[in-house]
Amino acid sequence: MAKLEDTLNISDEEGFVTEFDAAMDDPYRVKPVIEFRDVRLAFDDKVILDGVSFTVRRGETKCILGRSGGGKSTTIRLILGLLKPDSGQILIDGEDITGFSEEEMMPVRQKIGMVFQEGALFDSLSVYENVAYRLREQNVEEEEIEHEVRRMLRFVDLEDAIDKTPNELSGGMRRRVGIARALVGDPEIVLYDEPTAGLDPPTARTICELAIKLRDLQDVSSIFVTHEMNNIGYLSSEYAIVTETGEVVLEKEGEKLCLINTEVIMLRDGKIAFSGTDEKLRSSSDPYIQNFVYGK
Amino acid sequence: MNPITKFIFELQGISLLVWRSFTGLFSRPRYASEWIRQMDLIGVGSLPIVLLTGFFTGAVLVLQTYLTLQAYSIQSSTGQLVATSLVRELGPVLTALMVSGRIGSAIAAELGSMVVSQQIDAMRAFGTDPNRKLVAPRLIALILMLPLLTVAADIFGLIGGAIVADTIYNQDVNAFVNSAREGIQVKDIIGGVVKPVFFGLVVGSVACHKGLSTTGGTVGVGKSTTDSVVIASIWVIIFDFFLSKALQYLLDIGKM
Ligand SMILES: Nc1ncnc2c1ncn2[C@@H]1O[C@H](COP(=O)(O)OP(=O)(O)O)[C@@H](O)[C@H]1O
Ligand SMILES: [Mg+2]
Repeated sequence: MAKLEDTLNISDEEGFVTEFDAAMDDPYRVKPVIEFRDVRLAFDDKVILDGVSFTVRRGETKCILGRSGGGKSTTIRLILGLLKPDSGQILIDGEDITGFSEEEMMPVRQKIGMVFQEGALFDSLSVYENVAYRLREQNVEEEEIEHEVRRMLRFVDLEDAIDKTPNELSGGMRRRVGIARALVGDPEIVLYDEPTAGLDPPTARTICELAIKLRDLQDVSSIFVTHEMNNIGYLSSEYAIVTETGEVVLEKEGEKLCLINTEVIMLRDGKIAFSGTDEKLRSSSDPYIQNFVYGK
Repeated sequence: MNPITKFIFELQGISLLVWRSFTGLFSRPRYASEWIRQMDLIGVGSLPIVLLTGFFTGAVLVLQTYLTLQAYSIQSSTGQLVATSLVRELGPVLTALMVSGRIGSAIAAELGSMVVSQQIDAMRAFGTDPNRKLVAPRLIALILMLPLLTVAADIFGLIGGAIVADTIYNQDVNAFVNSAREGIQVKDIIGGVVKPVFFGLVVGSVACHKGLSTTGGTVGVGKSTTDSVVIASIWVIIFDFFLSKALQYLLDIGKM
C-alpha cells in the first residue's frame, strides 16, 4: 500500500472526494463529464441502442450492466468516437462530439483512457512500448516516457514485466498492462470494458481496487462495464483514503458515510432498464433485474 | 444486399482508403521508419520467390516456344519472343500474383487480427490514425517495390531462358541475348515498369481494405485473407488487359 502512495504522489489537494456534499455544489462538478442524449444506433436491422440517455459526473463511476451483446462495448466505442450514433448526441466535457471528424476527436481522446475488453495490447510491441504508446505519439522525450512508464507499471505492480512481450503474460497481467497503458498521461476519464472478465477473484479484486483508488484519489470519472455483481459490490461500498501517515487504505462505507459517487445502469434491449444505486438495484422487485443480480 | 450494391460499396471503401492514405502523406506524422520496415519486408522479403518464379518462367518459355519457332525456321528469334513476353506481360503479372499471394495475404491477416483483437480501436483511441501508420506505409512500399521486383524477375527470366536455349537447344548465349535486345524497346521497358506500379496499388489497397473491414472473429480473419488474395489476383489480371491496351495506345506500341 505504501508503495502506491509514493508512486502516485498523492497530496491532500489532489482531489479528495470523500466529502461529497460540499463538492457536489461546485459548478465544475455539476457539469457532466459524459452525457448521452437519446442515443440510437443500429447495425443493419439490429437495433443496439434505442434511445439511451445518461450522464456521468466528475469523479463519478458509472457501472454498466447488461447481457453479452447488449451494447455495452458499443456504448464505450461511441464515447471514444470510434463509432457514430445514428441519432442523438454525445457530449464529453460539455462538448458535442457527435459530428466530430477523426481529426477533431484526437484532442478529446487524449482526455480518455481506455481499458479494452481483452486488453488489446499491441502484440508486436513490448510491454514498455505498449505503455509508452500514447506518449510516443505525442513526441514526448524519452526520459520522461521512461519515468511515466515505470510509474504506471509500478501502480499496477508489474514493473518486472517491462521488457516482456504481451504473449509472455498471463490474462491478468495483460489486463493490468492495459490499465497502465490507459492511465499514462493522467486522463480525466477512464473507460473499463469488462476489466475483470475471466480473471481469478483476487486479481479481479485488485483491478477493482485500482479503479476505486483512481476514482477517490485522482478524481477520475469512469465507466465500468461488467457483469460481475461482486465488482459492483466493491465499487459501491468501498472507498480509498490517505491516512495521516500517508498510506492509502480502502475502507468500507459505514454509517457516517454513504458513497454517492458510484451508480449502476442496466441495459436491456437497447434501453436503460434501471438506473440508480447498488442498494436500489439489489432491492429491485423487477424479475429481470432479480434474475441478473441473484442469478435466479 | 445485392452483389452490385455490395461491389459499389467495396469500391467506395477502397477508394476512400487510398484517398485518405495519400492525402495523409502531405502532413505529419508520416511514420517514415515504418515505410522503410515495410519496404524491407515486402521488397527484400519477396525477392527469393519472385526470382525463382521469373527464372523458371523464362526457362519454360524457351523450352516450349523454341520447337514451335523451329517449325517455321525462325528459332533465332527465340530471345526476342521470350524477352517481349516477359517484359510486357509475364514479368509484371506473375510478380504481382506472387506478391499478392505472399504479401497481400499477410497484410490482410495482420490487419484483420488487429481488428478482431481491438488493436486498431486501441490505436485510434490512443491517438494514431491507422491510415497513416498502417495503410500508407504498406501501399507506398508495394508501389515502390513491385516495379523493382518485376525488373528482377524479368532479368532472371532472361537468364533462365538463355540457359535453356544454350544447354537444351544448343543455341549460343550471344545469339539469344542479341535477339532479346533487338526485341525489347524502351517503350516495352517503360510499360513493364508502369504496370507493376498499378498492380502494387491494387494488391495493397485490396489487402488493406479487406483486413480492416474484417468482422466475425478469427474465422473472419481467414475469410479476409482468402478474399484479399482472390480479389486482388482477379483485379490484377483484369487490370492487366486494360493497362496493356492503354499503354499500347499511349506508347504507340504495335504500330507498324
Ligand atoms: N461493427 C459491427 N457491425 C455489426 N454488428 C456489430 C458491430 N459491433 C458490434 N455489433 C453487434 O452489436 C451487438 C452489441 O455488441 P457489444 O456492444 O460488443 O455487446 P457487449 O454488451 O457484449 O459489449 C452484438 O450483437 C454485436 O454482434
Ligand atoms: Mg463487450
